[in-house]
Amino acid sequence: MTDAPRARPLSPHTSIWRWHVTMATSIAHRVSGCALYGGGLILAAWAVCLASGPETYGAFQALMGSILGKIALFGLTLSAFFHLAKGVQHLIWDVGFGYKPQTASLGAVVAIAFSIAATLAIWGIAAMTGAL
Amino acid sequence: MSSYRTPLGRARGLGAAKHGVGEWISERVTAVALVPLTIWAVFAVLRLSATDYYGAVAWLTGSPLNPTLMVLLVAVSFLHMHGGMRVVIEDYIEKTLTKTGLLLLNLFVCALAGTLAVFSILKVALGGAL
Repeated sequence: MTDAPRARPLSPHTSIWRWHVTMATSIAHRVSGCALYGGGLILAAWAVCLASGPETYGAFQALMGSILGKIALFGLTLSAFFHLAKGVQHLIWDVGFGYKPQTASLGAVVAIAFSIAATLAIWGIAAMTGAL
Repeated sequence: MSSYRTPLGRARGLGAAKHGVGEWISERVTAVALVPLTIWAVFAVLRLSATDYYGAVAWLTGSPLNPTLMVLLVAVSFLHMHGGMRVVIEDYIEKTLTKTGLLLLNLFVCALAGTLAVFSILKVALGGAL
C-alpha cells in the first residue's frame, strides 16, 4: 500500500573500482575544471582592474606577479592544458571513437604528457620573453 | 487500478526533467569553441604578462581582433564554467535547499563576473579607459 519508491541506480563506488589511468584523468578533469572556475574569476578580475585604471591594474599585476600569484598561474596553466587535452578526448568519445580500453588509456596518458610538456614550454617561453 | 497513489506521487523521482539534452549539447558546443580560444588565451596572457597597464590598453585597443576574442573568451568560458560547476553541484550535493542555493550562487557569480568582464573589456577597447 505504501508503494515504496524503487531503488534508484547507483554510481559504481570507488571501493569496488581498480585504480587506472582513465579513472585518474577523469577525476583530474573535474578537479582541473573547478580550478579553472577560479581562473575564470581571475580573468574577470583582470578585465575589471584594467578598466579601473593604472593604479588598480598595477596592484593586480603585483598580486599575480608575487610568488603566490605565480604558483596559482602555474597551476592554472597546467589545469588549462590538461582540461583542454582531456576535453578533446571527451569530444572524441562523444563522436563515438576511442572506446577500446587501450585507446582510452593511451588518450589519458597523452593528455597527461601533453599538459606537462605544454606547461613547461609556455613557462619556458615566459622566462625568455620577460613575462615572469 | 493497482495503486491508490496519485499520478504526481508516482511520477516523482522518476524519469528525466527533459532539459538535459540542451545542457549536454551546450557544454560540448562551448567546449569546441574553447579549444582555439584557450590556446589564444595562453599566448594573450604571455603577451600581457610582459607589459604594463599602457601596454595592455594598447594591446586591447590596437585592433578589433583582440577585444573581440577576449569578449568571446569570457562569454564562452563563463557559459562553460556555469554548466560544468552545475553538474558538479548536482552530482555531489544531495540536500535540496543546499543544492538549490549553490546552483543559484553558481548562476549569479557567473552572470555577474561575466558581465563585469565583458563591460570592462568594452570600456577599455572603446577608448573609455583613463
